[in-house]
Amino acid sequence: MDFLNLLAQLAAGMGNTLLLFALTLVFSLPLGLLVTFGRMSTWAPFKNLGIKKEKERRLSGAAILADGDESLTQQMTRIERSHWSWLLAHLRRFKPVQFIFKVIIAILRGTPLMLQLLVVFFGPYYIFGVSLSASYRFIAVVLGFSINYAAYFAEIYRSGIESIPVGQREAAQVLGYSKAQTFLKIILPQMVKRVLPPVTNEVITLVKDTSLAFVLVYTEMFTLAKQIAAARTSVMPLFVAGVFYFIFNAVVAVVMERVEKSLSYYS
Amino acid sequence: MNVLKMTNVKKSFGDLEVLKDISVSVDKGEVVSIIGPSGSGKSTLLRCATLLEQMDSGELWYMGEKAAGNDEEGHTVYPRDLNQFRRCFGLVFQNFNLFPHYTVLKNLTDAPVSVLKRNPAEVKDEAMALLRKMGLEDKADAYPCQLSGGQQQRVSIVRALAMKPEILFFDEPTSALDPELTGEVLKVIKQLAEEKMTMVIVTHEMAFARAVSDRVIFMDGGVIVEQGRPEEVFGDTQQERTKQFLRNYQN
Ligand SMILES: Nc1ncnc2c1ncn2[C@@H]1O[C@H](COP(=O)(O)OP(=O)(O)O)[C@@H](O)[C@H]1O
Ligand SMILES: [Mg+2]
Repeated sequence: MDFLNLLAQLAAGMGNTLLLFALTLVFSLPLGLLVTFGRMSTWAPFKNLGIKKEKERRLSGAAILADGDESLTQQMTRIERSHWSWLLAHLRRFKPVQFIFKVIIAILRGTPLMLQLLVVFFGPYYIFGVSLSASYRFIAVVLGFSINYAAYFAEIYRSGIESIPVGQREAAQVLGYSKAQTFLKIILPQMVKRVLPPVTNEVITLVKDTSLAFVLVYTEMFTLAKQIAAARTSVMPLFVAGVFYFIFNAVVAVVMERVEKSLSYYS
Repeated sequence: MNVLKMTNVKKSFGDLEVLKDISVSVDKGEVVSIIGPSGSGKSTLLRCATLLEQMDSGELWYMGEKAAGNDEEGHTVYPRDLNQFRRCFGLVFQNFNLFPHYTVLKNLTDAPVSVLKRNPAEVKDEAMALLRKMGLEDKADAYPCQLSGGQQQRVSIVRALAMKPEILFFDEPTSALDPELTGEVLKVIKQLAEEKMTMVIVTHEMAFARAVSDRVIFMDGGVIVEQGRPEEVFGDTQQERTKQFLRNYQN
């Protein structure tokens, strides 16, 4: 009787945990793909900066060397030029979009999720002075989780994409597939198969990470279990919580195994 | 009219000059073999011809139309849209590069349907006919991983043929195969040669090149050392480098 009562009390928390879990996946799985695109961007706007001048310079440089001895001023300008060309070489290789996404991913993976949740919730107020409605608390939780998990998924996707032999892309290109067709028909399906095991890992971690939502006073199940445990001075609620996470993850594992199996028709 | 014409092609990777001023042209129905030591630039030449690699300098023509030309400084410029030219050629890779998640049939029909926008039923009929011709009709619903290397390579030849190219390039089509499987692939290429398919074949199978080609090109160090009828190149070449290369091959 008491046990059923406990379950009933925890049920609301379980619902919240499931909701947070589901919404996080719904947003972070596709968002991760966008982050991957940013991270893999090869856009280099300064690629051709000063290429023409460089060529002319190389020609005149050859002339100096041919002359044999160069004057001091010639040497000075040559050294100056070599510094300048060092800078140019770096600037040409600079990929701004990729750089920005590298930094974003590093921050999201390098700082605690709990801290990120606090930033998402309090940031708008402290930075912009915007005061937000009560419902923003829930939005902030989902937003924080989705962004954080998108960063992890993005890196998993990227490794999946990079592990596909270049020959696949080249074969598609020779056959005349557009870039979009190549990605959607050739790369993406193979990527999905390759990333399933690491994605499963992240999803299992997410099940357990949902308990971090307590920092924004989101009453997910573990928060509730702790409160009840304190009120009843019993470890029973915590034990039930543990069993809940375990069963939840067992279901996740079974589902993911099914998906993996459904893609095992080729290797 | 030349199906393919490349003039004064230069290509470097960093400081490494891989193609040094190469010109080739291929007539309709002609079978050209390219031989030469590894690292001599054979693959790079094919990759430039198939637009997988951009030339630094030089021109590329398909069916009398310029696919890439030089600007006033002699650097190759490519037009934005190259699809028109991609339809002219097919490429058979050393390691097949079939799409592993598609069945054999889907590998053959997907590009004609989704790239050329052709009628799916018609494309499927043609693909099945080609598979029958290769003795592979029972593999239509198999996945590439269920086929032997020789079968995979034959499927990849059919995949290229299904696009109805004007010219077919092969980059060492049998190099990834066990010796007992090369025969079935070479037989297919020979059959295509008899049907007057225009082909450029990079190969280390000297006997095959001699038997099947109208012309043999010997490349070394990024240049064409010599070219001519197979009996000239293999029989009594005047070039010391060719002699040396062929001698190494006989042992
Ligand atoms: N993408 C590349 N980047 C750098 N070097 C390359 C690249 N592709 C080919 N090379 C080099 O170019 C030379 C010619 O290569 P390749 O055309 O593959 O020769 P072959 O096919 O005749 O063996 C080799 O030295 C090779 O290492
Ligand atoms: Mg090669």
